[in-house]
Amino acid sequence: MIERRHLNWLVAALVLAAVPMVDRDPYHLHVMVLILIWSFAYTSWSMMGRFGLTSLGHGGFMGVGAYVNALLWNHLGISPWLGIPIALACAGVLALVVAYPCFRFRITGHYFALVTLALSGIVLQVITATRDWTGGSLGYTPEAAKGSKLVALQSSDKIVWYFVALVLWVIGLVIWTAVDRSMARHALEAISEDEDAAAAAGVNVTAEKLKITVISALMTAMAGAVYCQYQMFISPDTVSGIAVSLQMVFAAVVGGLYVTLGPTVGAVITILMAEVLRIGFGTKAVGWDNLIYGAVLVAFIIFLPQGILGSILQRLRLKKRPA
Amino acid sequence: MQDFLDIFDIYFLEAMLNGILLGGVLALLSLGLNLIFGVIDVTWICYAELIMIGMYGMYYLVSVFHMSYWLAAPLCILLVAGLGAALHFLVIEPLLSSPQINQLLATGGVLFFLQSFATVAFGIDFRNLGIQLPVLAIGEMHFSYARLLSFIAALVGMVAVYVFMRKSYVGTAIRAIAQDRQIMPLMGVNTRRLYIITSALGGALAGLAACLLVLLYDVHPFIGLSIGPITFLICVLGGLGNFVGGFVASFVFAEIIQLGGLFSDLEWGYVLAFGFFILMMFIRPRGLLARRS
Repeated sequence: MIERRHLNWLVAALVLAAVPMVDRDPYHLHVMVLILIWSFAYTSWSMMGRFGLTSLGHGGFMGVGAYVNALLWNHLGISPWLGIPIALACAGVLALVVAYPCFRFRITGHYFALVTLALSGIVLQVITATRDWTGGSLGYTPEAAKGSKLVALQSSDKIVWYFVALVLWVIGLVIWTAVDRSMARHALEAISEDEDAAAAAGVNVTAEKLKITVISALMTAMAGAVYCQYQMFISPDTVSGIAVSLQMVFAAVVGGLYVTLGPTVGAVITILMAEVLRIGFGTKAVGWDNLIYGAVLVAFIIFLPQGILGSILQRLRLKKRPA
Repeated sequence: MQDFLDIFDIYFLEAMLNGILLGGVLALLSLGLNLIFGVIDVTWICYAELIMIGMYGMYYLVSVFHMSYWLAAPLCILLVAGLGAALHFLVIEPLLSSPQINQLLATGGVLFFLQSFATVAFGIDFRNLGIQLPVLAIGEMHFSYARLLSFIAALVGMVAVYVFMRKSYVGTAIRAIAQDRQIMPLMGVNTRRLYIITSALGGALAGLAACLLVLLYDVHPFIGLSIGPITFLICVLGGLGNFVGGFVASFVFAEIIQLGGLFSDLEWGYVLAFGFFILMMFIRPRGLLARRS
């Protein structure tokens, strides 16, 4: 007795898994891997963003994830299998240290956004300042594995990375769904409506917010670490800092941050647009993608605050339910 | 005691005085943003990008069209004031009733737009006016003349805004609307007009900052990312909309950056300043000068 809904998911999973069997073009695979990794990152941001916790500090978490992992490998020879958990732990601690006082002292709205903005600023500046170890703004490359590639979690095969990124992305969606179905979701929705009322109704406001923030930070750091292992090159501007934080927020908003696949749709749209413009216009296109992107974004926030997918789903739901 | 005197040498004094001058620049930057914060209660994330456009305006007027600096400056201030009003009219006004965070994000979209507009229109080269202002030397200490100029401009700007807000009719109306947004329309005040005036004023202050910054730094499309964040932090640290607080916060920040940079790299100065900001948010979430409730 398989329900229709489950069948749909199964078919979707099979189709996605079969993609590399059909299309082996390295460039196509590369774009798809990037889309999957960034979708995961955007999904992690939306985990807390959808509850009105607008963080601009996720660039910081991603930077910590990527750099701690790479530094441990290059300087201490610690395999990413151990290095990634350590990097995640660092990001988690960072999230706790900043978020706990924020929630304890009721820093919300754009004050919260600006405190977390300072956090991503700090991470970027620390990476740049410790240039003797991190290479500063020139970027950093994890050393190629001398022994087993599996131990080093490195691979030059794009198909391998496609599956890694696919699994990562699915895990992100599973976590999203788990939160969506849990009590925490109701508590957080109540908090985002009215903190005092939620507290009066017996919700532990600080603890609930802290939980979702740490989950979101850990996932973002994971995205950073995997991105680092895949690209084998990281620079402060591509994985940390305010620009990356904004990039996450905007892709999530464009796709629709209240629906499961919204951030994914955001990643598909933004990355495809950048690639199409880059191929179509070459170096003449420098800046054009962001020019369109910025204008589209403003239009979206004004006319479609639910995002593309969110608005489509809402239309469909209204049609199904005749008034 | 001897240790203390060893540190307190001429470089320390120079760094400290330079910190005060940098504070003047930062105060000038935060002035307009603070006005917008205080009156319209909106965060213009793209504020630094307005300054960037203003700097390009100065560059083209002075270096390409060979206009004199003093003629170009007022034109440039007018240009950015117009941009500020347009920003309010096109982006903020449709969003006035939606959640605050949407306004913040929409101006973030404008940030991307202006940044890439500058990339497309002006290219990514670093440009400067080619005006070299003399360096002021007192004893063994060296100060940049341009920083001194911005310091004075910040003071003048602040006094001018203060007088405008206190003495003029429009200024009084703006202060009233900052106190209560709902009542004012009922009193027959055209809030739309006041918001546009305030936005133009905020833009004009950004333009003023641009005229002075162009003497200090080379302009390139991404300069906003380096001056923007620090400007927000200063405004928040001073208490949003609190001019005096913003002024004090600018100097505190500037001293931390300069003195931190003296003992180590300049980046560590920024790290210290950002860390200080986060710490202060927990101790005084409503700003440096606010009383704890």
